[in-house]
Order: sequence, then C-alpha cells, then structure tokens
Amino acid sequence: MTAVGKLIRTTAFKLSLAYLVVFALFAAFLLGYFAWNTRRLVTEQITQIVDAEISGLADQYRIGGIRRLALVVESRARRPGSSLYLVTTPTGEGIAGNVGSLPTGILDTPGWSETVYRRLDEGEDATHRAFVRVFQLPTGFRLLVGRDLEERQRLDDVVFSAARWSGAVVLVLGLLGGFFMARRMLRRVDAMTGTTRRIMAGDLSGRLPIAGTGDELDRLAENLNAMLERIEALMHGLKEVSDNIAHDLKTPLTRLRNRCEAALRNARSDEDYRSALESTIEESDHLISTFNALLMIARAESGQARDDMISFDAAEIAGDVAELYEPLAEESGLLLRQEVEPGLPVLGNRELVSQAIANLIDNAIKYAAPPAAVADGQASIIVSAHGEGDRVLLVVADNGPGIPEADRARAVERFVRLEQSRSAPGSGLGLSLAAAVARLHGGTLRLEDNGPGLRAMLDLPRAAADAPVADG
Amino acid sequence: MLALDAGPGRSEHDPNAMRILIIEDDRDAAEYLVKGLREVGHVADLAVDGEEGLQLALDNQYDVLVIDRMLPKLDGLSVIGTLRQKNIQTPALILSALGQVDDRVKGLRAGGDDYLPKPYAFSELLARIEVLSRRRGAPGEETVYRVGDLELDRLSHSVTRNNTEIVLQPREFRLLEYLMKHAGQVVTRTMLLENVWDYHFDPQTNVIDVHISRLRSKIDKGFARPLLHTVRGAGYVIRDGGR
Repeated sequence: MTAVGKLIRTTAFKLSLAYLVVFALFAAFLLGYFAWNTRRLVTEQITQIVDAEISGLADQYRIGGIRRLALVVESRARRPGSSLYLVTTPTGEGIAGNVGSLPTGILDTPGWSETVYRRLDEGEDATHRAFVRVFQLPTGFRLLVGRDLEERQRLDDVVFSAARWSGAVVLVLGLLGGFFMARRMLRRVDAMTGTTRRIMAGDLSGRLPIAGTGDELDRLAENLNAMLERIEALMHGLKEVSDNIAHDLKTPLTRLRNRCEAALRNARSDEDYRSALESTIEESDHLISTFNALLMIARAESGQARDDMISFDAAEIAGDVAELYEPLAEESGLLLRQEVEPGLPVLGNRELVSQAIANLIDNAIKYAAPPAAVADGQASIIVSAHGEGDRVLLVVADNGPGIPEADRARAVERFVRLEQSRSAPGSGLGLSLAAAVARLHGGTLRLEDNGPGLRAMLDLPRAAADAPVADG
Repeated sequence: MLALDAGPGRSEHDPNAMRILIIEDDRDAAEYLVKGLREVGHVADLAVDGEEGLQLALDNQYDVLVIDRMLPKLDGLSVIGTLRQKNIQTPALILSALGQVDDRVKGLRAGGDDYLPKPYAFSELLARIEVLSRRRGAPGEETVYRVGDLELDRLSHSVTRNNTEIVLQPREFRLLEYLMKHAGQVVTRTMLLENVWDYHFDPQTNVIDVHISRLRSKIDKGFARPLLHTVRGAGYVIRDGGR
C-alpha cells in the first residue's frame, strides 16, 4: 500500500471527506436559495416599474391619443437607462420607441413575456434579453414596455462565480485538512502499532505513547497502558509462582528419589524394602498435600474462586472447625475454647474459609503447645468469632511462644517455617493459604501479640443482608 | 476392551464380589486398578475412551462405574449424563486430576455419586467403590442399625450396647451412624471428613483419628469384643468379629 493510499484509507480522511461533501451541499443550497430569492425580487421590481409606466402611458393615450403617446414614448426612449419602449401600428410597424427588432409573435401575445431583442441604435448582431409587457390599445395600436435583464444577468454571474470560487476553496481546504488530520492520526497510530509489535515480541515493559492532548486516542492509550500494567504484574506473579513451585516441589522430589536410591543400594531384607516403600508413600502423600495447598493458594490468589461465592455464617464455620480440632488439642494437652457470637454472614467460599480457620487452629496446636512452659498451668487456644461494624473477625489466639514482631510479615510467605528444626509436620503453607483466602474475600490476615502467644485474626467484610444464601 | 476375570473360582462364590466398569484412558493407571480390584475378588472391565465406556455401560449390568473425568472422544461427565438420561442409575465414581471444590460440585451435579481427586490411594478408591455398591442394594435407611450388641436408633438418637445406654455428643453420634450404616465396610478418613463434617479439604493433621479414639473409648471400653477396628493404611471399619 502506498503512503497516499494508506492516508486515504484512514478514518480521519474519510470523515473529512464526508464533512466536505456535507458542507459543499450546504453551501450550494445556501447560494441557490440566495440566487433564487434575489432573482424573484428583481423580477418583481421590473414588473412593478413596467406596470407603472404602462398605466402612465395609457393615461397619456387617453388624454392625447396616439400622437401624444408616440411623442411621450419617443422622449422617454431617448433617456439613458434600461427601459424599452415600442409603439406599433395594428400591422406591427413601429412608429416610436427604442426597440429595433423583436422575434416574431411577441407583439401578438398580450401580457408578460421574456424575449431577446435588439436596440434601434445597434448593429445586427447585438442581442439582449428583456422582460416585456405588450398592451393592446383600443385602436389596434400596440404598446410594448419592457426592461433589459442585464442587471439580473450580472447578478446571476456574481452568484455563479461565488459558487465556483467557494466550491474550489472548500474542496482545497477540505482535502488539505483531511490529509493533515489523517497524517497526524496515522502518525500516532503508527507509533502505537510499533509499540504493540514490540510488546507482542515479548518486551512487556513497553507502553503506548500519549500525546498529552487528552483526546479519545489518549484515553484509549491510557486504558491500554493500564491493561499492560496489569498483564505485566500478572505475568510477573505467574513467573514467581512457577519459580516457587519448581523450587519447592523439586526439593521433596529429590528427597524422595534419594530415599529410593538408598533403599536399592542398602536394603537387605523384605522388611527393609517394605519400610523404604512405606516412607516413599508417606513422602509422596506429603508432596501431594503440598501441591494441593499450592493449587489452592494459586486459585485463591487468581480470584477464580470468586465465581462460586455464597453467603454463609462464619460463626457456625468457626464453631464447627474448632469442634473438629478440639479432641486433637486436648490430646496435645491444650484446652481449646470457643467464644463464638452467632450470626456473622460472610459472602465467600465456605470451603476456603473453613480451610483457613483449620490452618490457623492447626498451627496453634502445632507451634504453641509446650504445655510445661506455660506459667499459669493451662496452655489454651481460644477460637473466637465476633462482628465489629461491617467486619467479621475470626480469631485464633494461643498463649504459646508466639512469633516475634520482626518475623510476622515473613510468616505468611510461602514455605516459611520460623522454627529451624523442622520437626513439626506440615508444608509451611498454612499461614500463606490463610492470607490468600483473606485477600480473596477482601480482607486481611493479621498476626498480633497475644501477650504471651499469637493472635491470628482473619478480618473479613460482613456480607450484606440481601446477599445470596447457601442452599442447604 | 480388556476383560480381566476375577481370581480363579472366587467371584462365583463370594457374595461380595462386584462387577465394575473402569473407563480410564491412562492404560497404566487402569491396569493397576483392574489388577487391584481382581486381587480383592471383583470383576473389572476396562474401556479406554468415553464412547467405548458408554457402550459397555449400556450393554452390561455393572455394580459400580469408575469414570475418569477427561477422556478421549466423550468426556466422563457426558458419559454419566447420557446414562442418567437413559435412566441407568448405576452408581458412578468420578476420578479427576482437576480436584478442586467447584470441579467436585460439577461432577456430582452431572449425576456422579462420588468424586475422588487424583492422585488417590487404592485403599481409598476401594473403600468408596464398596460403599457405593452397597448403597444400591440396601439403601441403609433402616431406623435402627445393629452391629453385634451395639444398637443405634436413628429416630430417638439413642445408642445402647448390651442394653446399656451410651451418651454421645451430636457429632460422635453422626460418626457412629455413618460407620454403622456401612458396617463391615472400610471407610477412610477422607470419607468421614466429607460425610460427617462436610469438609472437602485436607486437614493436614489426622484430626479424625482422635475423634475415632474418643468414640472407641465410649463404645468399646469395658467390652470383651471390640467392634470398631482400625484398618492399617486404609481407615476404619465397624463389625462384629473378624473376617
């Protein structure tokens, strides 16, 4: 496609062209209307003048007969001006006036007509146009009074040339404007296309140029840039997640493989093989649960789980999960108490919120439970749920060693386990899953000092009363 | 089609033997399943795509169908949907690598009776298949369940052993009710978590074990014959005497 062809195909150019046509039509209509009206006005004026002269001459005729009429006509005809006079005998022979010749038949049609004529004092080839009225005198003589149309012709010429010139100016300006606008538009679009190509080629940091005029193209570019920003952030997040998954699954996989190799090398008896296989299964179960937790976090973070959100009672869930863990806590020498205020509607994913609370309680049981170390005798976990304004707070508090303030932010990161020994079972994903679930619901996970111990709080927005309700 | 017969002379005599159709396109996984099911005395047919599986399910009488979610030619949910349309109510267990909550809900909505995410333990699958097949034969809707001298009345919510009343917490009652409904069948921890607590997530620690041991101390303590047994590597079973 040639450069001009490209220019002509732009929307800006096509629009300019369309405007040009509309504007030209409008100008033509305006000029036409003006011309038609002035022409009508001129004609009206002529009619009036001619009528007045005829009635004046008719008066002369009544007073002095044909002789007087001829005299008056002759004197008037000699005056300079565009008036035409002719008095003829009944046979059509001119006896007074300034008209040299007329087409035949004009004198025979009484009333108004438009005709060509030649003046008496002019050569054969000069012709003019005139508007004439023929008046039949009672004696058979005929009187013709008219007016030359040169004036009207000049007016027509003026209008016509005005139309021609303005047409030319409109066309030239329109085309130039169209080209100019199209070129300007094309330049900006070309710049955008270039940037998009670079982005498509993999450079996600590219952004569309903004002219700063605040026009629709700028607004489009701004929106596209915001979209690119989001895409870049998502891509970055995805890369980070896949890096993490690769790293954190490869470590246990390596362990698994080493264990199998060691068994092949060292095992002597069936019993050895059996125990190696059992520990392999255990390790792979652990891998699966890590993988599931990762998937769940990814799902919560991608916002995918938003599709099936329903309204449920967070208090009931906190109570149920606490009840599920109560025997386990007791077995670990902990007292698990519930302080649940009923009726706390939350719009969300019931399964994920249950899992988050379960993780917090599980964490409390695992990490905050050296019963011997508690001064006042009983190590305890309190699971509480209460409303506070438009928030629903689900709290799991223990009086164990807690998490030092400096480590709290790190604790919700993936795979972070604060104690070095790694003796307690678990994937290290519990808190980060709870945090992801909180974010999914538009809330936060807060870790606070329980003096002593840890207070883990899921702060979720309370659902509106008319939110969809869980069936069953 | 791969038809693998049950072990010699066993299926004809074992009243618990089932005929199972497995529709699974991963041949390794499928043959592992067929072999495992044969070892415990069941008959298993195998189809490796959805169309073949649908045809087999239409032509034969099966006790349970095990259907992979993603299959060539016709996906698992469509197979189940078509069967249900033709009013074939054979219990179906869906296997899926997707394994998320909404995926499970979709599977059950499409007419599946149970759902097991991959990867699974064979013992888990076996326990679920056995519970599913029993569901069809005896709906388990009697008002009183009996195992040995243990009685559970579902209407009055009372439990007695040897005519002595045993007081249970509501959740313990539901746990025992589920176990007794499937008396003689192994139920796994996940099945208990799903059916008694209605949770479909991994509780990380074996919380169920502690609940079972509490229940056991209430119903078995002080009696010579224990009824609630642990099946190593699989789960729990309630039954009178060994098998």
